[in-house]
Amino acid sequence: MIPLFQERRQRLTRFKALRPRPIKRTASAPEGLFTRCPDCKQDFLSDQVAANFYVCPGCGYHIKLTAQGRLKMIADKGSIRELNAGLYTTENLDFPGYSEKLTSLQASTGLKEAVITGVCTVEGQSTVIAVMDSRFLMGSMGSVVGEKVSRAVEYATKRRLPIIIFTASGGARMQEGIVSLMQMAKTSNALARHHKAGLLYISCLTHPTTGGVTASFASLGDIILAEPRALIGFAGPRVIEQTIRQTLPEGFQRAEFLLEHGFVDQIVERHALRSTLGSLLRLHAPSSKSFHK
Amino acid sequence: MSLQEAEDRIRQLDAEISDTDDKERRKKLQHEKNSLLAEAYGSISSYDRVYLARKSTRPGVRDYIDRIFTDFFEMHGDRLMRDDPAIIGGIASLDGLSVTVIGHLKGKTLDENLKCNFGMPNPEGYRKALRLMKQAEKFRRPIISFIDTPGAYPGLESEMHGQGEAIARNLMEMGTLTVPIISVVIGEGGSGGALALSVADRIWMLENSVYSILSPEGFASILWKDASRAREAADLMKLTAYDLYDRGIVDRLFGEPAAGLNEKSRSIYERMKNALLQELSVLMKLSGRSLVEQRYKKYRGIGDCSPK
Repeated sequence: MIPLFQERRQRLTRFKALRPRPIKRTASAPEGLFTRCPDCKQDFLSDQVAANFYVCPGCGYHIKLTAQGRLKMIADKGSIRELNAGLYTTENLDFPGYSEKLTSLQASTGLKEAVITGVCTVEGQSTVIAVMDSRFLMGSMGSVVGEKVSRAVEYATKRRLPIIIFTASGGARMQEGIVSLMQMAKTSNALARHHKAGLLYISCLTHPTTGGVTASFASLGDIILAEPRALIGFAGPRVIEQTIRQTLPEGFQRAEFLLEHGFVDQIVERHALRSTLGSLLRLHAPSSKSFHK
Repeated sequence: MSLQEAEDRIRQLDAEISDTDDKERRKKLQHEKNSLLAEAYGSISSYDRVYLARKSTRPGVRDYIDRIFTDFFEMHGDRLMRDDPAIIGGIASLDGLSVTVIGHLKGKTLDENLKCNFGMPNPEGYRKALRLMKQAEKFRRPIISFIDTPGAYPGLESEMHGQGEAIARNLMEMGTLTVPIISVVIGEGGSGGALALSVADRIWMLENSVYSILSPEGFASILWKDASRAREAADLMKLTAYDLYDRGIVDRLFGEPAAGLNEKSRSIYERMKNALLQELSVLMKLSGRSLVEQRYKKYRGIGDCSPK
């Protein structure tokens, strides 16, 4: 018996040696060679982090993705056709410094706005997709985000396609005032029609999803998925702490908390997201065997 | 000087005037009061309107229910969990027409305030409202909602019970209701907590009510990390009834006396009742389908964009 355990231990050690390990960062290392996990603060080779779907190899923390990076990870290669890429608002944007902020963010992120919408295939299944990006003014929803999401939903309804939305947002965009608030009603109403047409909407909640986005389209999926440990809620943790004058319990408003309280269907780790979505799309695909009233 | 400060000073002057026997002094004080009155109510800032909208002497949803409708029958509970006193709702008669009435309840006394959480609903409140609205649709009753809330409550339990989901569900379902919906902002229209009862065919506002994406205090603390700059924030936010009317979000305004509505106001109820009857007679001629279609277009057109 003893040699059997010894052999097993040796084999395990060999595999453990192959795992990505934190690396001591040297001052002379070129920029971008290492990625530091925002959670456990360990450094890893950026290539290893990227190969691991931007999940920290040390602690499993899901590092924030850019919208472009997310699309690349989910959509079949070369299948994306972007919709309404160059959409600009005709609203009055005279809030001090707002226009300048938009221009500088467009340059630094390579995005036009806080959401990318398009059509693509996922494991061969056609779907409309929308991906938010928290680098762009905290992924906040102003008139352009509301319009792009609404148009994407309407496109899906018209062509009888499912829609997948990846949320990452601090909520409605303050700088556009009441118009931002009304985008919550606009996007939810568009989803009502998609819903009524008997079509599938999968909402994928990523870190962080709060405020007006949680209180509109993010919560309206037929199926709601979340990434591990993503912060999801209506009010921000700081506002709640100030209101109730207590510190919040550990894990409050995290994906696991929402799952426990019945507001999320499943927490899916990033490496399994694409196959999960593919499988869900297949389960909802029209087939000769489906039941008709 | 803000309106609030001016009103405090006027109250002080009133006390001094009634205390003094000196004719000369009384005349002087009276003069000071008059010029102060003219100054205070002559130019009302956005933040003054926020102050008026929040004033405890302002009529609340109960006043409108009692003075516009008859036979109000209140209904409680969301049938899932509990009753939320921050939202009041039931059936009533509007000049013989059965309607469903819903609104945020703030309460007048401190005890009432505490009981209904200062008009800040929990998810159960929104779910009760949705239950009543679905019921209104079943019995083909128009829905009238009165908006008066600082916002949805940011608390532990409200998050646990799905505040975001409850609001989202109301927004989506209100878009599909096949009966007329009229919303009247009577005080504070605070963010998603207000919107969750006001996806409507017509949105009306009282002159000194406000409707905004968040409170001016919240806005200032996010923008400048300083909640005390709320006054400045209010100017920037375009939250007054006039701002929203100009922007085309609000369909009708109701004028108020110079110092805002108070317990003694009478004419507002008559004016609002007539307006409701008139507007409902128009909306009730439309089919359920065209109501839904028009409501969709109303919101679809807000925040219009075009390719550059």
